[in-house]
Amino acid sequence: MDIMQATAVALGRKIKEKEITAVEAVEASLAAIRSREPQVNSFLAINEEGAIERARRVQREIEAGRLAGPLAGVPVAIKDNLCTRELRTTCASRILVNYIPTYTAEAVKRLEAAGAVVIGKTNMDEFAMGSTTETSAFGVTRNPWNPEHVPGGSSGGSCAAVAAEEVPFALGSDTGGSLRQPCSFCGVTGIKPTYGTVSRYGLIAYGSSLDQVGPIARDVTDCAVILETIAAYDRKDSTSIKREDLVFSQGLSDDVKGLRIGIPRDYLGEGLDPEVKETILEAAKVLGEKGALVEEFDLGLTRYAIPAYYVIACGEASSNLARFDGVKYGYRAEEYQGLHDMYKKSRSKGFGAEVKRRIMLGSFVLSSGYYDAYYLKALKVKALIKQAFDRAFASYDVILGPAAPATAPKLGESLGNPLQMYLGDIYTVSANLAGLPGISLPCGMDSRGLPIGLQLLGDCFQEKTIIRAAYSYEQTRPYRRSPLAAGEAMQVGQAAAGETMQDGPLAERRHL
Amino acid sequence: MKNYETIIGLEVHVELATKTKIFCGCSTAFGAAPNTHTCPVCTGQPGALPVLNRQVVEYAIAVGLATHCEITRYSKFDRKNYFYPDNPQNYQISQLYLPICRNGYVEIETEQGTKQVRIHEIHMEEDAGKLIHDEWEDVSIVDYNRSGVPLIEIVSEPDMRSADEVIAYLEALRQTIQYLGASDCKLNEGSMRADVNLSVREAGSGELGTRTEMKNLNSFKAITHAIEGERARQIELLEMGRKVVQETRRWDDNKESSHAMRSKEDAQDYRYFPEPDLVPLAISEEWIEGVKARQPELRPQKLLRYKEEYDIPDYDARILTQSKHMADLFEAAVRLCGKPKKVSNWLMVECMRLLKEHEMDPEEIAFSPEHLAKLIELVDEGTINGTVAKEVFAEIFASDVDPVDYVARHDLGAVNDEGALRECVEQVLAENPQSVADYRGGKTKAMGFLVGQTMKAMKGKAAPGLVNRILKELLSD
Repeated sequence: MDIMQATAVALGRKIKEKEITAVEAVEASLAAIRSREPQVNSFLAINEEGAIERARRVQREIEAGRLAGPLAGVPVAIKDNLCTRELRTTCASRILVNYIPTYTAEAVKRLEAAGAVVIGKTNMDEFAMGSTTETSAFGVTRNPWNPEHVPGGSSGGSCAAVAAEEVPFALGSDTGGSLRQPCSFCGVTGIKPTYGTVSRYGLIAYGSSLDQVGPIARDVTDCAVILETIAAYDRKDSTSIKREDLVFSQGLSDDVKGLRIGIPRDYLGEGLDPEVKETILEAAKVLGEKGALVEEFDLGLTRYAIPAYYVIACGEASSNLARFDGVKYGYRAEEYQGLHDMYKKSRSKGFGAEVKRRIMLGSFVLSSGYYDAYYLKALKVKALIKQAFDRAFASYDVILGPAAPATAPKLGESLGNPLQMYLGDIYTVSANLAGLPGISLPCGMDSRGLPIGLQLLGDCFQEKTIIRAAYSYEQTRPYRRSPLAAGEAMQVGQAAAGETMQDGPLAERRHL
Repeated sequence: MKNYETIIGLEVHVELATKTKIFCGCSTAFGAAPNTHTCPVCTGQPGALPVLNRQVVEYAIAVGLATHCEITRYSKFDRKNYFYPDNPQNYQISQLYLPICRNGYVEIETEQGTKQVRIHEIHMEEDAGKLIHDEWEDVSIVDYNRSGVPLIEIVSEPDMRSADEVIAYLEALRQTIQYLGASDCKLNEGSMRADVNLSVREAGSGELGTRTEMKNLNSFKAITHAIEGERARQIELLEMGRKVVQETRRWDDNKESSHAMRSKEDAQDYRYFPEPDLVPLAISEEWIEGVKARQPELRPQKLLRYKEEYDIPDYDARILTQSKHMADLFEAAVRLCGKPKKVSNWLMVECMRLLKEHEMDPEEIAFSPEHLAKLIELVDEGTINGTVAKEVFAEIFASDVDPVDYVARHDLGAVNDEGALRECVEQVLAENPQSVADYRGGKTKAMGFLVGQTMKAMKGKAAPGLVNRILKELLSD
């Protein structure tokens, strides 16, 4: 079997049992990247030499018995908004085109300490602002199921890399669905943990009160094991929470008897693609047949979630992104007259359209005279949404619904209508507003052959419950490989993808 | 001209004396090579996050308690957004909505008696870096060593009516904060900075006039001059029938005048919002009690104790306790020599005189209590006389010399050799027959002159008691 077909945990086991070495695993990943990148473009930087060197060291540690964890020697791709020391980190933005961090993000550090090998940095929507990975300044990423479609976003590069079997797993981030939605579009699995579970230190902030780092992999087992590795209290992140129940793999049991599952009627109404709806309800039925108690209920307030989310996230972003000014690092305009002109030109040229839109929106809602009507109001809505979930979780252990209203749109369809794109986050943003954990996993295909994602939400700190439900569901259906991974001819758009590569930073990124 | 009243409120920034910065572990030490006390947090690197220094909260609570403030049990940080290169994140983490302390007061002495200046709030925030403009190269460079140094901002109500009251308020704040050890409060080094908000109104009017804010005041002298100048400027405008414009003015110490920096119209919108990277600060009763328990003896307690324990008069005790440094010096020297009155006398007279002469603050006193104690011993055991002692004290004051060494090295020990002294006195009497006659004729004042002449002849080294005795003996003959 192809090395890259193995899940992260399976690959880790092979390395531990000396079937293959860490170096071979890394080389296999690099070979897959070489062959599939021209079609998918999931990576912004590939750490070829560094990864092989690191794999050698990890192999020695494994042989010396000093590294025995399940991820030792396993290659991993990191979303490009997580800082990696000495490895260019851009957030897919021109403004950070030359930024090489002096430190590594805590989540990545923990993976490295467990022996995982960072292969490269993945493409994303610029500063995680977008739902398609099309706002990247360095070219689009294509969906491994169909290159004419987007992989979703903003963690589109990480999800596509996993679906294309370029890497067994990746890290992504989720501010309003940025991890769960692309998982759904790419047919892979990902967990957004409870806010405060994974350190945000080194995660380049978009909406600080909503951002969480999470795992993206091909099955629930991998996700639980990876999350267990990266989750820890970190005193460098003041919003990090001290938790005792971080052994998420304990949730990996095929048993949903008596589990109370609620499906918000709000999530099944207007705007939901009928094929997606049917597939989601089918998945619910499967869980019901396995002994879960499934029923529909009214969650409420759903229509306020999107506006509240965009007000809060953009407000925070307008401040978080202020540091990108050309003074200390990153892109600075070549010619300018004085300080203000430098700020203006550097930021005008450094940021893309969607980022500028959100900075303007965010600056507006924080402006004196508007703060109360927008930002403060949004915070109140956020509190009410949390209360609605508290009520729901008094009756249900898991809330089930779609991860997105439809499957992956075609490239170029979304950016022309940003409001429509924002509405696509309807099922995911509430979990961020309420700080809840959520898991997204594949549950079927639409008639065009694109994956449909099932989302399971749990109460705060109840990751194990949703892991159990997801794992039980997963046992009922085999993993489906993307056509790109399976080596089937990509139906369309190869030539088009090739063009992107030439225009994009592929040539230069190899050297980084 | 009408009779005008001046209304003044102050915003005072105080740099706290913590070892590390407010949101990271970098050192706050002053004077290091540029950008050596920095890390991802205080240089605004992407992804870096702030972590609150507990000691900052502790100091803020201590200052709040000492100024009779309510301590906010559920306090929060907010972001103040503005672009400037000395501010690496382009926002300052400060407190707007729920500051740590509110509704306090400071008592000051005025000509009309004791007065309370109310404190609106005290909040915690981070300092910015330092920009250096190199006009020769036409570039600006930035040093982030100061970025993230903790500050508290103490905002008063507009309760002051004159420059004297402002200085008294600042002195009172400074004393309190120094006593707490929360800051050294040096205006000239910027560890204490005061912005003055001033307006004038016709005496008796119930409404406040339009105010201006004055910045860049680096000494009490500058503050006094700025207040007087601004009061005159505003009155002149009003007398001419013009309006005072609400604006921020910058004081120029060289020109001794202020100029407008920015008006209210171009005031920035700071787009404050709750800092999402920090959790709200819950301050427990135990924490506050702990701060109270750890609080050092403050000035009012010291004043009482000095009177009771050392029998020091009230006026002297006030001067000794004006600066904590002076009070500490006094107490240490008393512990060593056990003579509070004598220590007090040296500090009150000679030390104050030298401070004034050198235009120094009591904080700048650099000599050790050991040397003052030794000096007192030398005088008491008659090794040196008062005149020499003053000379030695000046040396101690200037360069903290050891008085025993100094006296030995410069051969300043008093001449106790009665024979030699008697010879000298006889000589003086022989040279001044008129004075001798005056004395014998009942003009006892002549004695002083003869003592002086003897001392002069002995180059100041004669033991004065002995000189007196010999003179009296010989004159009564």
